[in-house]
Amino acid sequence: MNAFWIILTGSLVATCCSLLGCYLILRRMAMVGDAISHAVLPGIVIAFLVTGSRDSVPMLIGAGLLGVLTTFLIEFFHRVARVQSDAAIGVTFTWLFAIGIILISVFAGQIDLDQDCVLYGEIAYTPIDLWISEDGWILGPRAVWTVGTVTVLVILFICLSYKELYLTAFDAAYAASIGISTSLWYYLLMSAVSLTTVASFESVGAILVVAFLVAPPATAYLLTDNFKTMLVLSALLGILASAAGYYLAVWLDGSIAGAIATVTGIEFVLAFLFSPSRGIWMNRRKIVPAPIN
Amino acid sequence: MILQVENPVVEVHDLTVSYDRKPVLWGVDLTLPAGALVGVIGPNGAGKSTLIKAIMDLLPVSSGYIRIFDQPIKEVRKRISYVPQRESVDWDFPASVFDVVLMGRYGKLGFFNRPRRADKDAAMEALQKVGMQAYAERQISQLSGGQQQRVFLARALAQNADIYFMDEPFAGVDIATETAIIELLRTMRDEGKTVVVVHHDLQSAAAYFNWVILLNMRLVASGPTDQVLTQELLEKTYGGKLTVLSKVGDLLRKQEFPSREA
Repeated sequence: MNAFWIILTGSLVATCCSLLGCYLILRRMAMVGDAISHAVLPGIVIAFLVTGSRDSVPMLIGAGLLGVLTTFLIEFFHRVARVQSDAAIGVTFTWLFAIGIILISVFAGQIDLDQDCVLYGEIAYTPIDLWISEDGWILGPRAVWTVGTVTVLVILFICLSYKELYLTAFDAAYAASIGISTSLWYYLLMSAVSLTTVASFESVGAILVVAFLVAPPATAYLLTDNFKTMLVLSALLGILASAAGYYLAVWLDGSIAGAIATVTGIEFVLAFLFSPSRGIWMNRRKIVPAPIN
Repeated sequence: MILQVENPVVEVHDLTVSYDRKPVLWGVDLTLPAGALVGVIGPNGAGKSTLIKAIMDLLPVSSGYIRIFDQPIKEVRKRISYVPQRESVDWDFPASVFDVVLMGRYGKLGFFNRPRRADKDAAMEALQKVGMQAYAERQISQLSGGQQQRVFLARALAQNADIYFMDEPFAGVDIATETAIIELLRTMRDEGKTVVVVHHDLQSAAAYFNWVILLNMRLVASGPTDQVLTQELLEKTYGGKLTVLSKVGDLLRKQEFPSREA
């Protein structure tokens, strides 16, 4: 049963992260997930200082707000200060992460909080952290419920606003000219990334979240030229990596998150070598002239 | 030589645009007539693209205002179409030719609505107009420069707008595409649409457009082509730039021996 819960949690995180990751890599903002997963640290500390508890709801809210603030700051530095977007990402998250560390070190004597316990979840523990209702019903691991809810929200978001997200990622100037607000959709997408990152890294760890945000979409990008196929494929690749990674970890008796992230890397290398259209060992697809009538 | 028209489709009043507090457009004041094929001409950095982007409210303006069809831009977005510079997007994006052209219908659809049969038909019809229907399923990264430009044009056509703004549609395209595009633009003009084209090639300008805007940060001239493309106004627009002066010489030679198109 533990295997089932761990693989299910991994698959849910894989699905929501990979779907949003497709938009991030096409917007050349793949490292935003990495930035958010670090920059939320001060939010978590402040939420703890305000509420005085390590309950996950205030933590999620504090982290989520900081995540959105991070994307605002990145966009602000990029647009107003005219710094390249990757530099804006780097400056923003290191700075916020450092503030979080200062907050922790200043209050470390008084509170039971350290970077490890807030920043690095461990997927192996998800089956232990159960959600038990007041009547004593065991409703399964808490992580499955939080990540499951986020996954459903992300899928709904993408289904409902598919064409706006697609167009603003491809051609923002044209989208603006026909009256689709590019900044609205940018911030909606970034809020979704923020929510997903925060909900996921608490249960599976930051590295695995970053891996899922980038590796399966990049792999799917190599395998298909159709965006809808890319979305589905990246989610499937993430799910496959969760299952394969779990058994790899059992076999090696090693870290589960590490093994899953490794499998996403292996998937990418395989696609890079053997992709029918872009693989370096395959012939590049020949361009056949279409009949002209 | 700035000719103002009665009942204009586009009115630009005292428009000033700056980047980083450096003005790129200064006090532009012009009107455009309906059913005109308009060329926006000037040297590099003259603010040609900035002018059309500012007219469409894609940039913050420092001063001035714009009215299109005698209304503020927000009221008439659905009647306006834009063809951005070809280099402004990533052509390795996972999209087919048809996907891109269908985007032309997104503005009319509104939130949460999927493209319907009628939208797909309109997209296909637009592809036919630019002679690319055989390429509908083709991945956009496999297109040549000229074909990419036709796809962008088809996307704008699918919108079925009344006024079109095009940023350098002739840049880096083959001669067949250039001819096909200008034919299409003339047809659109004859149907009463207004087409505003940012253009860099002085030699073809006289033949292509029936209204010309000469721009070099300030508005130098705006009026019918034969009254605007004069040596005096061109020198005023381009200053003493050598390469450009030789182009002016070419142009004057062409005026002495007009080509068939003119």
